[in-house]
Amino acid sequence: MKRRDFITRSIAAGAFTAFGTGNLLAQGSRMNLPYDLVAVMGGEPDAMFDKAIQSLGGMETFVKKGQTVVVKPNIGWDSTPEKAADTNPLLVKQIVKHCLAAGAKKVYVFDYTCDDWKKCYTNSGIEKAVKEAGGEIVPANSERYYHPVKIPNGKNLKDVKEHELILSSDVFINVPVLKHHSGPQLTIAMKNLMGTIWDRSYWHAHNLHQCIADFVTYRKPTLNVVDAYRVMKKNGPRGISVNDTVLMKSLLVSADIVAVDAAAAKLYGIEPSKVNYIRYAAEMGVGRMDLDALNINRIKI
Amino acid sequence: MHFRWLKYSRVFVSLVFLLLFFLMLVDFTGHFPRNIMKGITWIQFIPSFLTFKNLLSFAGIGFLVVILLSLLYGRVYCSTVCPLGIYQDVVSWLRRKLSRRKRIFRFGKPYNVMRYSILILSILVFLAGNILLLNLLDPYSNFGRIVVSLVKPAAAEINNFLAKALASRSIFWLNPVELRAVNPFTLIYPSAILILVTWMSFFHGRLYCNTICPVGTFLGFLSRYSLFKIRIDKVTCDRCGKCSSSCKSQCINIKEKEVDFSRCVGCFNCLSACPSLSIQYRNSWFPKQKEKQDVEMVKTDSSKREFVIKSVAFVAGITGLSKIASAQEKSAGSRKPSVLTELKTHPVSPPGSLSIEHFTEHCTACQLCVSACPSHVLKPSVTEYGILGFMQPHMDYHASYCNYECTVCTEVCPTKAIQPLTVEQKKVTQIGKVHFIRENCIVYTDNTACAACNEHCPTQAVKMVPYKGDLNIPQVDTSICIGCGACEHACPARPYRAIYVDGNTVHQVAEKPKEEKMQEKAPEEFPF
Repeated sequence: MKRRDFITRSIAAGAFTAFGTGNLLAQGSRMNLPYDLVAVMGGEPDAMFDKAIQSLGGMETFVKKGQTVVVKPNIGWDSTPEKAADTNPLLVKQIVKHCLAAGAKKVYVFDYTCDDWKKCYTNSGIEKAVKEAGGEIVPANSERYYHPVKIPNGKNLKDVKEHELILSSDVFINVPVLKHHSGPQLTIAMKNLMGTIWDRSYWHAHNLHQCIADFVTYRKPTLNVVDAYRVMKKNGPRGISVNDTVLMKSLLVSADIVAVDAAAAKLYGIEPSKVNYIRYAAEMGVGRMDLDALNINRIKI
Repeated sequence: MHFRWLKYSRVFVSLVFLLLFFLMLVDFTGHFPRNIMKGITWIQFIPSFLTFKNLLSFAGIGFLVVILLSLLYGRVYCSTVCPLGIYQDVVSWLRRKLSRRKRIFRFGKPYNVMRYSILILSILVFLAGNILLLNLLDPYSNFGRIVVSLVKPAAAEINNFLAKALASRSIFWLNPVELRAVNPFTLIYPSAILILVTWMSFFHGRLYCNTICPVGTFLGFLSRYSLFKIRIDKVTCDRCGKCSSSCKSQCINIKEKEVDFSRCVGCFNCLSACPSLSIQYRNSWFPKQKEKQDVEMVKTDSSKREFVIKSVAFVAGITGLSKIASAQEKSAGSRKPSVLTELKTHPVSPPGSLSIEHFTEHCTACQLCVSACPSHVLKPSVTEYGILGFMQPHMDYHASYCNYECTVCTEVCPTKAIQPLTVEQKKVTQIGKVHFIRENCIVYTDNTACAACNEHCPTQAVKMVPYKGDLNIPQVDTSICIGCGACEHACPARPYRAIYVDGNTVHQVAEKPKEEKMQEKAPEEFPF
């Protein structure tokens, strides 16, 4: 075990020296944005994203020329788009397009899936969407891609193994789908980050809500785009059929991961303070859940 | 007439077959064409024979073709179609290239008692209702076990190393494969066979095929009566011995100018080697000079008993050792170790295998399904099916779980031990039933939210119901459970899981999960 640890740590150290640690700190909530949160309703996923990103000053605000971008949708299940177990492929496609148009050098897309990853990538329609948009869909099914990192501000979660693309990319765009989840009630932006780390069962065993909140103290995504076009309202997170979903035709975008989760919970019909991880994260100062005090741009199409 | 082209055709055909078999069994991308897979396994003797016994259909007449072929041309099957045979030819060829001596092989006496004992014993055990001996000796299944258990992991490691190296340069051409560990005891038998076969073929050519392999012995018996046979022209032969030294079967007796055609594998090396064209491939049913042949009748003897005792000892040894291996399951999870053991009464056989009995009676343990399974949930068993089911694959839910939408294993099985299922049939095929041990569940032991089992359940046979405060705890409904093992795989409780699947001895039809349309309307205004 010790020898193995040593080897993985050396690799991680190598990865850090190669990619530089500056990436981790620069991005996130410090940006001067016209709105804390943008909410769009009534359009198709791609059209709603166009409106939202435009109102935040375009993708150029987040992606600079020559930067590498990692987009993390939810592709957890071998399921088709109309069941809404995975992020809508049209939305992912549009985001990749915007990143490349803003001058991104590379746009990577991955998820550490629950079901067989090849089937998830194919049947969710996301692999095809990413390729058509010019992005690169990459595997995340092997422990080799994950490197140990420390979570200094975590209460229950002190270290994780994080996917190297999250460690090395300049911009990190989190694209969850809003849906019912039998464990922590809802899965939105914060919960989606579980698909970037290796050992998920540790989280389940050590107070899931606290671990979800702890992990956000490590690295906040540059931007969070919540897909609420079709929302699974029962039998989540996997769902049985399209009958579990409600067509909401909504989209939420924010640089504040807690605010976007709070707004999404509200849209779903649950008070944000009732979802423990949202409350924990707000209490730890990761972001804000007081929606009334936020500057929100509401767009209806 | 010169028959040199026969050897070259044989080499070409055999290399094509070997390459296809190798690629089929190593393939970790799932891209190997299903039709070629069906074609090359269709003609494998024992799998085809078992399919025939199983279905009585066209799918299983490959072995009849082989019998017919052997009655016409001798054991060409052994040199062109059998992957284990071709592998031995490659070893012999390497030996020839490595050795300075010109005469590699010379005539050897047949081990008739041994080879016929093994054949008869295999037939007797098979008639008594068990195919363990056939499985352990079937050349195709042995080749499958060697490649899937020993070569594939090595190939995967190389692939992963390259994938990683390329990925670090941001090139994602290759995808890594996660081959989850198998029980190390399932590696012992393939390793032993590999060593035995390699050693025998390096020093004695096709000794394995003519002494141990029951298929070889059976086809050898038939080829005593073949239409075409290899003969030496006693008049023109000057006993130069070139044919004999090129004969991997060591069946050409130069002294007597005789060929033991029951051991000839039809490689045609001798035809190319003879400078005087004295060795010939001739019609023997209507020859000019009829030669008398004695058919040796063989009785079983004490070696049979010895073999049984040794196999029992071998299997018993493995049983004892496997307990040590299973105790090593690493603890990944909960803060408080779980205390109640899972009470698994039966292993879980793959969907489409109808029942444990049907499966164990027809599976030759060739490991093709193990290799083809995209989720890597099928693993060779040690004692799960009892000692007589050694190496027959079972669903290992600690390694992975069965993908809800997947039917790959049902499509590839060469013996139809696993029969084809449509996706819709598969989704209601119950191969086992879920069991929940509340006292092991971390919601109960640690008072913390989890639901990993319910999260993974494709039919919601595991539901979360109110427990204490805002905590929920699993509740199971076996009527809609299909036994896919997703819950067991996801459960973080250790060393014993809180939720597990116990195999159905006879597969059943589960009820379809209930679907109710959401009545709820979407909000028309932003609620914030």
